Amino acid sequence: MQARIHITLKPEVLDPQGKAVLHALGGLGFGGIEDVRQGKTIDITLAETDRSVAEQDLIRMCETLLTNTVIENYEIEIDGI
Amino acid sequence: MSKAAVIVFPGSNCDRDVAIALESAFGHPPLMVWHAETALPQTDLVVVPGGFSYGDYLRAGAMAGFSPIMNEVVARARDGLPVLGICNGFQILTETGLLPGALMRNASLKFICRTVACRVEARDPFFSGIYTNGQILQLPIAHNEGNYFADDETIARLNGEDRVAFRYADINPNGSRENIAGIYNEARNVLGLMPHPERAADTNLEGTDGAPLFESMARALAK
Repeated sequence: MQARIHITLKPEVLDPQGKAVLHALGGLGFGGIEDVRQGKTIDITLAETDRSVAEQDLIRMCETLLTNTVIENYEIEIDGI
Repeated sequence: MSKAAVIVFPGSNCDRDVAIALESAFGHPPLMVWHAETALPQTDLVVVPGGFSYGDYLRAGAMAGFSPIMNEVVARARDGLPVLGICNGFQILTETGLLPGALMRNASLKFICRTVACRVEARDPFFSGIYTNGQILQLPIAHNEGNYFADDETIARLNGEDRVAFRYADINPNGSRENIAGIYNEARNVLGLMPHPERAADTNLEGTDGAPLFESMARALAK
């Protein structure tokens, strides 16, 4: 089973990297960009075949190690959904 | 004879500096404890030093927070054992939940290595008894993730409970909320700070404004 975890900064947390990318894109002539937020993606291959079990495991992974819930949100995608 | 222990992770690089500062204040060297240990030796103080534990992979301090010795440090800290975290040590203590908030990437996106003015905001009899409130210290900082963030409620609590130990006094080098440079936990037995007092504890180096921190702890433990 293939899982993808999308980690983003919470909306209320300033994202200086996103701001830098925003300015760089503007400098390259890309107009009309209102905001850029940068996150990260973690791909995890699981031996588990039960989707709901996998989902519970992934939530625990996110809550303990993969994200810092003080500043980050996460979304779990399993087999593309 | 009071004892201090310094935790050493793969990637720690201020462990020896802090050991020298502790030796100078305590009169004997601290115990050095490798991260893979599962038990702490008998000690009156734990120092989580600066550096780049586990290469800062995932997030600064995230991996170290789950290393075997940190389970023990967290458990003992919750029982009241004094714990000091400096720079990466502060990041690790927030990742373990011993201290609230998080250390984010510097607002400038640059690694900052310079000496900055820090104000002693809330003196503590154990950690900083020799300083006076409002005293300005010149302390070196050297970090990429020193931008302290906590939500409004947490910031209000830190202010209301007088738990901001140090604030940047002159410039805010990293974008930290309310110029916060160091904080205490609720029980005030855990202190985390981004500046490096151990790098300002020797007359041959960057001033000596950091030395009283170690002397305060030695004095408090000797009582």
